[in-house]
Amino acid sequence: MSTQARERPSEAGEDAPQPAADVRLEGVRKSFGDVVAVDGVDLEIDQGEFFSLLGPSGSGKTTLLRIIAGFERPDDGTVWLADVDVTNKAPFDRDVNTVFQDYALFPHMSISENVEYGLKVKGVGKQERRSRAEEALQMVRLPGYGKRKPSQLSGGQRQRVALARAIVNRPRVLLLDEPLGALDLKLREEMQIELKRIQQEVGITFVYVTHDQEEALTMSDRLAVFNNGLIEQIAAPADVYERPATEFVAGFVGVSNVLEREGQRFVVRPEKIRILEQGEEPYAGAHVESGQVRDVVYVGMVTRYIVDLEAGGQLTVVRQNLETSSQDVLEARGAQVRLEWRPEQTYEIGERGQMEEDE
Amino acid sequence: METRSARIALRLATGFTLAFLYLPLAVIALYAFNQKRIQTWPISGLTLSWWQKAFHNPGVRDAVLRSVEAALGATLIAMVLGTLAALAVNRYRFFGRETISFLVILPIALPGIVTGMALNATFRTVFEPFGVSFGMFTIIVGHATFCIVVMYNNVLARLRRSAGSIEEASGDLGADTWQTFRYITLPLTKTALLAGGLLAFALSFDEVIVTTFTAGAVQTVPLWILQNLSRPNQLPIVNVVAVSLILLSAIPVYIASRIAQESGILRRR
Repeated sequence: MSTQARERPSEAGEDAPQPAADVRLEGVRKSFGDVVAVDGVDLEIDQGEFFSLLGPSGSGKTTLLRIIAGFERPDDGTVWLADVDVTNKAPFDRDVNTVFQDYALFPHMSISENVEYGLKVKGVGKQERRSRAEEALQMVRLPGYGKRKPSQLSGGQRQRVALARAIVNRPRVLLLDEPLGALDLKLREEMQIELKRIQQEVGITFVYVTHDQEEALTMSDRLAVFNNGLIEQIAAPADVYERPATEFVAGFVGVSNVLEREGQRFVVRPEKIRILEQGEEPYAGAHVESGQVRDVVYVGMVTRYIVDLEAGGQLTVVRQNLETSSQDVLEARGAQVRLEWRPEQTYEIGERGQMEEDE
Repeated sequence: METRSARIALRLATGFTLAFLYLPLAVIALYAFNQKRIQTWPISGLTLSWWQKAFHNPGVRDAVLRSVEAALGATLIAMVLGTLAALAVNRYRFFGRETISFLVILPIALPGIVTGMALNATFRTVFEPFGVSFGMFTIIVGHATFCIVVMYNNVLARLRRSAGSIEEASGDLGADTWQTFRYITLPLTKTALLAGGLLAFALSFDEVIVTTFTAGAVQTVPLWILQNLSRPNQLPIVNVVAVSLILLSAIPVYIASRIAQESGILRRR
């Protein structure tokens, strides 16, 4: 079954039973000495899904990926790959492949030897190996690079080779550990699109570890936000951004704009807030607060205003630089302003969300 | 002006250091071709006859064979044990890892005479009653104690330089432990094994102190030299053997350092 590229779950799924989750984690726990890296995680990742594990460094996302790959054994809990319990299986007994953060290409082998490696150790014949490796290199847009050594490639090219080396095996699940972390911004954005295209082409489930919220939002079908070894929220990108379940999620995915009014804590995204002009009437039903501009950050396309509110708290407001000049913008520092936003665009949050209630 | 004089001074100092290191060796080399049996300066003429005599001397031949045997044995043991220790220390984090690392390296810093007498006592009192007598076996074990360090250090340095995730990547791609060792670990440490092996061989080949304590009746080349140094009519042959030893030690060390250098440069020029 591992030799066929899987199809994405069909939209007309009425005749087929609900496709089994490709990856299912139950109560997974892992600590290193006194440090709890993963603190009881339940997770289901569907077939063909692009799923991101997002969180700051040390939040347990990489450890969880390594547990799925089989490099770490959980202290507690079960790992299922397509309904097979693989908790105690070695990495080479699992139908998953990993793209490592440092690529981990074999320096003494040529590019095609690198890509063919997984097929070679599984005893695939030379002819098939060669054609599949060439096909994989084609897919990552590196045809004809087979004879070179890893040291002769650029960082971005090595990254592609690492990807080709993994997908040539047509695994059930592909694990990616911050694969774009070492690339510069331009290349990273290019590779994000590229990765998404490849994932759609091969239809393999991608589990993608990243600390870059923008990356997770752009690429994922769904994502899990990690903090201190726990999942704070699992949802689609738009939901995570617009309806963060916890204060941590609100702050990590986007700007932490959390206010407390009348005992309610809520988040309002900076682009949803409008600065009212002198004497301008607010929208009907809008919530209006006044405050003082403490700082102005000019970022080219937009300007960020940090406003201290009279009723307490601080908000970041983003305004597109449509008609204001950078001169006007910077003069706003210290000015008294009125802010308005629609109550329906704020979202109430709990201290830690649902995870706390489980304990 | 100043840089010029500094440069000259540096050159002189370098020349002096080299002379200091190599003049005695040059003198020995010259005496190995001396016509007369007695060492007097200046030498009276050149001859190759001592080389011929040394070549046909049964004592010398035997000593060389024994030395090669001992060096091969010690290198082999060191290669297996030192490499395994390096793999373990590199791959696993376990209690006492740093201590083990220290204990493996320590023997090379210990005075040879201490190692020698300790081994001597152990062999004599613990192993001799079981039928292990002093000879080739005890020499090999004695030499292996410091050869292991060389192998261990060389292999560990190589392992530390290669990315830790490489072996994981191999396992991840479906290779079992043996395949990973064969296709990844071994090729990546091959040159370190070779360089370490050559150094270990050279170390063992000219070792005196530990050997005196563990050799019993067996005579290695250094022991043969020591014994014959005081015999005036053997002296020219001793010189020949000494010069051969210099060459024999220099070659492996040179090759080892070349290997170490080349494998450090992964990028092809």
